[in-house]
Amino acid sequence: MELDWEYAFSILPTLLKGLKTALYATVVGFVIACVAGLVLALLVRVRVKVVKWVTNAFIEFVRSTPLLIQLFFLYFGLNKYFQLSAFTVGAVALGIHYSTYLAEVYRSGIDNVEKGQWEASRALNFSKGRTWTSIILPQAIPPILPIMGNYLIVVFKETPLLAGITVLEMLTRSKNILSRDWKPFEPYTMVGLIFLVLSLTMAIVFELMERRMNRRFTK
Amino acid sequence: MSTTVQEREPHAVSGGETALPIVKYNDVKKSFGDLEVLHGINLEMRPGEKIAIIGPSGSGKTTLGRMLMTLEEPTSGTIEVDGELLWHMERGGKLVRASEAHLHRMRTKIGMVFQHFNLFPHMKVIRNVTEAPRKVLGLSKEEAHERAVEMLRKVGLEDKLDVYPSKLSGGQKQRVAIARALVMRPKVMVFDEVTSALDPELVGEVLEVIKEIALEGEMAMMLITHEMDFAREVADRVIFGADGLIVEEGPPSELFENPESERLQSFLRRMN
Repeated sequence: MELDWEYAFSILPTLLKGLKTALYATVVGFVIACVAGLVLALLVRVRVKVVKWVTNAFIEFVRSTPLLIQLFFLYFGLNKYFQLSAFTVGAVALGIHYSTYLAEVYRSGIDNVEKGQWEASRALNFSKGRTWTSIILPQAIPPILPIMGNYLIVVFKETPLLAGITVLEMLTRSKNILSRDWKPFEPYTMVGLIFLVLSLTMAIVFELMERRMNRRFTK
Repeated sequence: MSTTVQEREPHAVSGGETALPIVKYNDVKKSFGDLEVLHGINLEMRPGEKIAIIGPSGSGKTTLGRMLMTLEEPTSGTIEVDGELLWHMERGGKLVRASEAHLHRMRTKIGMVFQHFNLFPHMKVIRNVTEAPRKVLGLSKEEAHERAVEMLRKVGLEDKLDVYPSKLSGGQKQRVAIARALVMRPKVMVFDEVTSALDPELVGEVLEVIKEIALEGEMAMMLITHEMDFAREVADRVIFGADGLIVEEGPPSELFENPESERLQSFLRRMN
């Protein structure tokens, strides 16, 4: 089995278009996951039992069902009524799915802030909202940034699932190329290599960021 | 509890002068789960009065201060601050738990310094002290800065404005915490075992700062402490508590020289 490198490079521009879509979906999905994850983490802490219960049930439900099924359900089922693009549905689904994981990450960050910080905030008469924005979150988030970075890579690696709902990312484009040229090895090898290079690059960047932050944020 | 703000008259307090107490505990009890740690505390503080609360660990001293700072809610009884109920409000002739807005308003009169400093580690010293004046009192950046620098000068740390707390010694941290509480200009301040977490050689600098603040006078101070010499020197009145009750109280000279109760006598023997 010989890889035809010349052919492989000839299909690269098409694959890179798919990569652009995949990266775009990753960024949009991850931003949604970060925001929604924080909202979930805060809702779990609400004193009203019903809110807490519903939030926990939602988190459990989303985590316990496969992302691919969620994508199908949202796109082929629910989207009948919304008529959103496949890309939008895909990015939102990625975002919601991973928000439930990020909620847990936020929770660990928040729990690691010392009790005394809450008490000092109360003693200085900060409002609840101000306590979160000025005191708690600025301490809770820096330590969890590396874990959040890992989830960004995970989300990126999950983008091929969007092929299932016709988003023109790398896998869909490989399949299209395949049905045109009937050469299976080159497109999938190239896609694999692209994932490898980008995931590794991101991992290294986050590692460096973490080291820099550890130096800056020593208590 | 029939004590309400309307009914209450100004009354004579110890020392013979007539003044509305700044703090008043009315039969305050506190339980944690099944364990009652305070069995009915009655205590008054005059405006500007400095009281020291001494007693063995586990006697509920800290809980007393934490209830005043609204960190712990009394199980029963009421606390008044500056003539108003702290934890309760009147609604339809009945006492109900105070709203967050009420607590927020009441807290402007109260400050606290903690055993473990609880400085904000992600903020430089100056911002530790300016953050609350800016975000809570709504002072301008310049005003807050000016006030904060004045307080930091008072505690002898005006050269540490741009340093993170992690770079400070324990004594310096506690002095920043004192400045941070003072800058809010409370009428009463709780000092909760503020030297207990310090290395022995750093205790002096913190006590020195507190003594100076005490001499300025206007602010009432509740000093929860194990430092007997300090209590004797600074306090107008010493309260000895044990097993969730106030056992004995009086001017430091009396209390330390002629302890009446067996409990206090044995406590003082052990402390010396």
